Amino acid sequence: MTTSLAASLYLISGALFILALRGLSSPETSRRGNFLGVLGMTLAIIVTFLFVDILFSSLLFIICAMAFGGSIGAIIAYRISMTAMPQLIAGFHSLVGLAAVLVALSVFYNPEAFGLGTLNNIKTASLVEMSIGASIGAITFTGSVIAFLKLQGLMSGRPITFKGQHFINLLIGIGIVSLIIYVTINQSSHIFWILIIISLLVGVLLIIPIGGADMPVVISMLNSYSGWAAAGIGFTLENTALIITGALVGSSGAILSYIMCKGMNRSFFNVILGGFGGTDLTLQKNKNRKPVKSGNAEDAAFLMKNSSSVIIVPGYGMAVAQAQHAVREMADNLKKNGVKVSYAVHPVAGRMPGHMNVLLAEANVPYDEVFEQENINSDFANTDVAFVIGANDVTNPVAKTDPQSPIYGMPILDVEKSKSVLFVKRSLSPGYAGIDNELFYRENTLMLFSDAKKMTEDIVKNLV
Amino acid sequence: MEVDPFIFRLSIFVLSIFIGYYVVWNVTPSLHTPLMSITNAISSVIIVGAIVAASSFTLHTDFNLPNILGFAAIILAAINIFGGFLVTQRMLQMYKKKKKGKVK
Repeated sequence: MTTSLAASLYLISGALFILALRGLSSPETSRRGNFLGVLGMTLAIIVTFLFVDILFSSLLFIICAMAFGGSIGAIIAYRISMTAMPQLIAGFHSLVGLAAVLVALSVFYNPEAFGLGTLNNIKTASLVEMSIGASIGAITFTGSVIAFLKLQGLMSGRPITFKGQHFINLLIGIGIVSLIIYVTINQSSHIFWILIIISLLVGVLLIIPIGGADMPVVISMLNSYSGWAAAGIGFTLENTALIITGALVGSSGAILSYIMCKGMNRSFFNVILGGFGGTDLTLQKNKNRKPVKSGNAEDAAFLMKNSSSVIIVPGYGMAVAQAQHAVREMADNLKKNGVKVSYAVHPVAGRMPGHMNVLLAEANVPYDEVFEQENINSDFANTDVAFVIGANDVTNPVAKTDPQSPIYGMPILDVEKSKSVLFVKRSLSPGYAGIDNELFYRENTLMLFSDAKKMTEDIVKNLV
Repeated sequence: MEVDPFIFRLSIFVLSIFIGYYVVWNVTPSLHTPLMSITNAISSVIIVGAIVAASSFTLHTDFNLPNILGFAAIILAAINIFGGFLVTQRMLQMYKKKKKGKVK
């Protein structure tokens, strides 16, 4: 097979990847999209097998390695719980990053195999590209590992900051650029390794100051990095499929980061510089506020049964309590009573973009009953009951009223506009952002103090 | 004067960023998690580089770093490819529309 033919086929594979993402524009076409992605990948691998002169002895090992990795991947994919999806994605990102580093290293040590010159005599352009790819790959790798540890709870979600942190990061950043230039000039393998090691360090330093609440941004950001790393390697290998994919993934992650930042009304730099979600100042001054109204499952069931419309506002707490199935059961019972039920999802309701939608879908909630913030916010005013379960900060009216508040300006769900609010929560403790929710003390709010799952199940019993 | 092939690749790259920008804004927010898992899977097309790195392996040669790195990268990328596509598939299968007429 000629080089041109292979390149054309790689281009087709890249085009299939574009179509795969295109398919995700609606749930109906999404499964076909995923299939096109698989097709593109299969094509790229087959072309590589046909095009590259692979020794028979290595062919067997390559297939074994693929089968081995593939089975691990398949087992993980079937076993993982939907709540753990953010960790899984972070873990996957780290693998992309590490793979980019490994490929860059093998190109560095064996450029002949890739047709990029000989050892210590690699084309300058390729050197620049592979250094950049390896560096971003290394940052993605350790950054994702830290994100994984934080999400899995193996590491505290609290931001780790120290004096002069940003200055050190800046110095290291300059150091990386100089090292890339140095590697390009004298092709020293020692310097290449130092570049990689320092990049690994940057990945750690970059993610540790970012708090647990900002994880949706971190995951999206690392998604973007993994794309740029892949693109860097794509340039090195002169492979169109890899360049296209890298660009797609890179811009996809960047857009998701932007959406997440906007959902929290934070600038990207503010998130990166970190330190958010530490101690709270507003908590003390709210100690002497008026008491809250609290109710039980019976009250909640009565209220909802006699209403004509209910909007359910789920948050990550619902998923932690594994209450999503009970919530759906409650919704089914309400619908039997002629109550209109819909769900309102805030962009940062879960721990990664779109997480809450997946969790609801898993509990068999039809996706056309689930609405994004911008599409449902105006409906709260005409709604009898807003049922807030496991969400907190995203409903806090303080974001609209108090410029002093750390979440001021964050787009929130206008829960307080509905006739009454049912708030399922264990206690009056503040949410991720560490601030008290004014909603608790409102006239039309009824607090349901309990575990989310238990309370919902009790409500279901009272509805039947 | 001939144009450096690098410029062609750069053109593909830049145009793909634009395509990515428009395509991703079109993705419905409810599918953002599957979007991340599928981008994960497709970025593992880096496996093509790993296969090339491992292609010169024989049982008779001595310890060979580039080959070993290649095999390690193949395993990592394969985990991602299979894991990414399968978990995307699993998620997408859960998205169901309201059944008209009857409510369970």
